[in-house]
Amino acid sequence: MKLNERSLAFYATCDSPADNAGFLYKRGERHTAYHRRWFVLKGNMLFYFEERESREPVGVIVLEGCNVELCDAAEGFAFAIRFGGTKSRTYVLAAESQAAMESWVKSLSRASFDYMRLVVRELEKQLQEMRWGLVGACGGSREPPGPWKPKLPGLEQSRERLLALPAVLPKENGCAVWDNVVRAEQPPNTSGCAGHDEDGSPRPPPLPPRRRVSNGEATSAGAAVAESPSTFCRLHEQYSREVARLRQDWQQRQRGPRP
Amino acid sequence: AVLKKRLVKLVVNFLFYFRTDEAEPIGALLLEHCRITKEEENVFSISFIEEPERKYCFECATEEQCQEWVEALKRASYEFLRRSLIFYRNEIQKMTGKDPLEQYGISEEARFQLGAPRQ
Repeated sequence: MKLNERSLAFYATCDSPADNAGFLYKRGERHTAYHRRWFVLKGNMLFYFEERESREPVGVIVLEGCNVELCDAAEGFAFAIRFGGTKSRTYVLAAESQAAMESWVKSLSRASFDYMRLVVRELEKQLQEMRWGLVGACGGSREPPGPWKPKLPGLEQSRERLLALPAVLPKENGCAVWDNVVRAEQPPNTSGCAGHDEDGSPRPPPLPPRRRVSNGEATSAGAAVAESPSTFCRLHEQYSREVARLRQDWQQRQRGPRP
Repeated sequence: AVLKKRLVKLVVNFLFYFRTDEAEPIGALLLEHCRITKEEENVFSISFIEEPERKYCFECATEEQCQEWVEALKRASYEFLRRSLIFYRNEIQKMTGKDPLEQYGISEEARFQLGAPRQ
């Protein structure tokens, strides 16, 4: 199966922070001999290099749908990455210390995209519940304002929740129309509304514009109410750019001045 | 360039593509550090940061379908998910003064930090 290997190699070796890195012994596929390799964990990809200074990884293990288990005491500090399915290979790795083994097992077992998505959804849900709580506290009801009917009955709950997230607006904004127009079906793994990291001038997100009352409902000044998704998405995108820029700044400061 | 009909499937941060009558994918694209661009009508492209001139072009049946794919692909990377997590974590912390990841015991995990140091 073809892969965009150059992009994979780039991801493995670029400056983006690794979630874990270190030497591990990897047992060969056919032979029981172990080879010492330099491992780099980024996201849900576990890359391994022949040497720490190697410019390209020798291989990669995609950490989706796998279990990370400790091995029997026979090999010191050994653990396995096991995939379901009869044809799938089990990767046996060994660390050089107890602490290293525990650190790897912990970071590998939480490395999947699925796990990350789970945590993001949970936080989205918490944030939404808190914001609806804000609305309630300002005298409105806890229910989303206005009528809303999901256009697609099979819509994933997390996506509904994200669209239902009101922007935290300054007090002078009034009611907004509840716009739940969903652009048809998306693959189940979408979670955010922001576009991906693009170059843009970093500045704090602008205040959302004043909105007219559209259907005669009373304006309650001071209540944070639902914004239409497109505005929230833009706000979200701007926040994400700001976060990415802050992250970059912070990384550079950590690295210190370049020679 | 010749257009070939493919079945395309987005699974986590990979875009798999199949010949329409085969069960095994011909290939996959890892969707990290990539740029999704809306091209002319019904068409979008994927290009990668280390080779920006090389575009993988996809033509959809309708403009609406094209927009759906662009939106989905823009959010498909693990790094995007990580940024979303950091964003939500920050927002919740601002509102409550508490780190929402503490209850899951993962607040110290390297992957959730803003700019984890490279080892």
